[in-house]
Amino acid sequence: MKFDRSARRKLWSHTMTVLAGLCALVALIPLASVIYQAAVLGGPVLSVDFLTANPPSPCSPVVGQPPCAVGGIGSAIQGTLILVGLATAISVPIGLAAAVFAVEYRGRFLGLAISFTADVLTGVPSIIAGVFIYTYFVIYYPVIVFSALTGALALSVIMIPIVTRTCEEALRTVPHSLREAALALGIPKWRTTLQIVVVTALPAVLTGILLSVMRAAGEAAPLLFTAFGSRLGFQGFNNPINALPLLIYNFAESPYKNWISLAWGAALILIILILIASVLSRLVVNRMVRRMRGG
Amino acid sequence: MEGAKMQVEGLSAYYGKTKAISEISVGFPEGKVSAIIGPSGCGKSTLIRCLNRMHETLPRTRVEGRILLDGEDILQLDPVGVRRRVGMVFQKPNPFVTMSIFDNVSVALRFAGRHSRDEIDRAVVRSLQQAALWDEVKDRVDAPAVSLSGGQQQRLCIARALAAEPEVLLMDEPCSALDPVATAKIEVLVDELKSHYTVIIVTHNMQQAARVADYTAFLYLGKLIEVGPTESLFERPKERLTEQYITGRFG
Amino acid sequence: MTRPTLSPGDPIVRRRPRRWGDLIFAALVGVGGIGVLVLILAIVGILVDQSAMSFRAFGWGFIIGTQWDVKNNIYGVVPALSGTLITSAIALLIGFPLAIGSAIFLTTQAPRWMRGPVGTVIEMLAAVPSVVYGFWALYVLGPYMRTSVEPALHRYLGWTGGFNGPATGTDILTAGVILAIMVIPTISAISRETLAAVPNSQKEAALSLGATNWETTRYGIVPYARSGIFGATILGLGRALGETMAVTMTIGNRDAVPTSFFSQGQTISSLIANELTNSNGPLQYSAIIEAGLILLLISLLVNVVARLLLWRVLRVSGGSTE
Repeated sequence: MKFDRSARRKLWSHTMTVLAGLCALVALIPLASVIYQAAVLGGPVLSVDFLTANPPSPCSPVVGQPPCAVGGIGSAIQGTLILVGLATAISVPIGLAAAVFAVEYRGRFLGLAISFTADVLTGVPSIIAGVFIYTYFVIYYPVIVFSALTGALALSVIMIPIVTRTCEEALRTVPHSLREAALALGIPKWRTTLQIVVVTALPAVLTGILLSVMRAAGEAAPLLFTAFGSRLGFQGFNNPINALPLLIYNFAESPYKNWISLAWGAALILIILILIASVLSRLVVNRMVRRMRGG
Repeated sequence: MEGAKMQVEGLSAYYGKTKAISEISVGFPEGKVSAIIGPSGCGKSTLIRCLNRMHETLPRTRVEGRILLDGEDILQLDPVGVRRRVGMVFQKPNPFVTMSIFDNVSVALRFAGRHSRDEIDRAVVRSLQQAALWDEVKDRVDAPAVSLSGGQQQRLCIARALAAEPEVLLMDEPCSALDPVATAKIEVLVDELKSHYTVIIVTHNMQQAARVADYTAFLYLGKLIEVGPTESLFERPKERLTEQYITGRFG
Repeated sequence: MTRPTLSPGDPIVRRRPRRWGDLIFAALVGVGGIGVLVLILAIVGILVDQSAMSFRAFGWGFIIGTQWDVKNNIYGVVPALSGTLITSAIALLIGFPLAIGSAIFLTTQAPRWMRGPVGTVIEMLAAVPSVVYGFWALYVLGPYMRTSVEPALHRYLGWTGGFNGPATGTDILTAGVILAIMVIPTISAISRETLAAVPNSQKEAALSLGATNWETTRYGIVPYARSGIFGATILGLGRALGETMAVTMTIGNRDAVPTSFFSQGQTISSLIANELTNSNGPLQYSAIIEAGLILLLISLLVNVVARLLLWRVLRVSGGSTE
């Protein structure tokens, strides 16, 4: 009787372990499938031309006609670089400043309010960031509603709270004794903050920025009514511009075979870039953690 | 040792590559209180954790030797079953913070399998009485366990351990986080418990060992230096190290 | 002002007029900090302003209006809002058990060497862009739903009335499933964090009572982490509510209240994505903005609740717990 009971408990325990493990396994299936699909359908179109040429005219192969032009995603890569670059230039100073303010000048309420607001802002749907910039420009500067500038601004709205929060976490890991030591030497607070606190936390700060860049690079929703998309390359900050996620969205649902292949190639490139960035950032964080633990 | 409830034979324990205890052989007699004393870092906590295989819950631990419970090597048995027979009370009171006083005790019965409601009620009351806590909490057994004072929490943990009806009760410095009044209560309790249980208590407090223990073992740098009836160990230590330790010359 | 006396050998500290530098610096970072606060106010403000026309036309009826009728210029948020809520509910229903199960597995059950790497891979689910999930769903998930899952659901659960109509693979259910995939990393990552923050003493308490591995998790660890897990789930809900691209590509984009899990539908975010730039007039435009405002307010509420819960768990009690 007693044996039965403990055997049953043990069986139950093993069953639950297996079930929990199955959950983890099932959770991994979509990722594996996404990567597999992108590799199988996007892999064959990769080439140097693919990375540099602009998207071709729509075309589906017809027997007896010359094969469709393959083209490339050059304009989308260029556009993503420009959009994300500009958005980074806008959001990093603001986000870092907000983080410094929240950590170094925490006059209890305001500092808390800023980090809480940033936390909540990270949960605002990305499409709302697009709506915000779109409506603002429709009212005040309707000529450049669809432009590289508005696209970058919309991405900044997404990036600022992420930069703020991750930098805040990074700055908090700097031991307080370090600040005191510097201040006790008579170094002014602003130099202490910039040259000692921020520099000490630099790897983590950079990781935070990298995370926000990754996020922005994959966003399509806020660009739908700002950057808008274009098959051409960069035409100036006041004109529509392409981006990888936009290209994927616009081409994925098209009926043209060559566009769909391009979209798969673009998806593969995007996944590779983002996976590399996320592995990189994790390595940096792990190294930081180890260094801090080691003393 | 004849009539030992638990008998440790040639036990060595490692954390990674560090050897925490080395070649310890000692017996713990049935129905008695045995104390393990020694300066901090001497391996006494490691030893007591081995006795119900709690050492395995820490990463990269390894033991060699035998630990016999009624002549059976517990290292060859199922650890869950071993821990049901050998209960443990920890340094800091660790009630389940999300549970009530009642549930803290009854959960131990739940781990034992199905019991009737009536059976559980009676066992909870009995355990709380045995732990000398019943009179203080009988009006509020549904209150959260964390609403109790530190000393009460520790007695709740003892009640919880007793509810599982163990044969041996291990206590790892059970009073180190408590004030003198709460400590005194626990010491009285330990004395009462030995009529039903074999008690093994780790303490860094020699007076406490002298007060509660029938037998005392002295550990130093992971080695067993001396073991014997408490009185003779404190009054006529055979080893120089023991003498130095109990006269307060180190540790 | 008294000068400290210098003894020989002391370094001479040149006193700088540091007040100005500190003031300017504080002002500069203050602007950034205030900027974050202003940003959220600006977003809410401009959406309120732009939805005024729709609010004047429909009043509170907008919230209970079940029509989104472009031809007759009558707009109500229920078709899109119900789509948002139903797809998010499906996402949590499927995503929550999987996320919690894997979080529990990776913090308490898995062999130690497996925990870090597998956790990292699960969190990479979050790094895949929404639009890529949508694209994948068009080619893999949607067809699979159409040919396998939905016919089976219809056969066995058709009697409930919720699984009727043609199986298309572009419907409320598919959108819900893709959202489930996307909320798993959010819920799982934060649950893992809170489960890992449970003090060891709780685990030891259960183990020393002779609890099995699972009983230790079930009674010693999970109850302690429950408010963190709850916060994580709410945060996952927030993500599901606002997700756009993958949903737009899978939900079918039809402005009607869904009557079945196989109905084509719309969420607020897919509505915005589809109609904002090609609205038929200022009233539809304003109605879209008002729908966006409702989405914003819901996600703000959800996020405030989630953050309050998580702040309490991970910050206040994160350090010392007893």
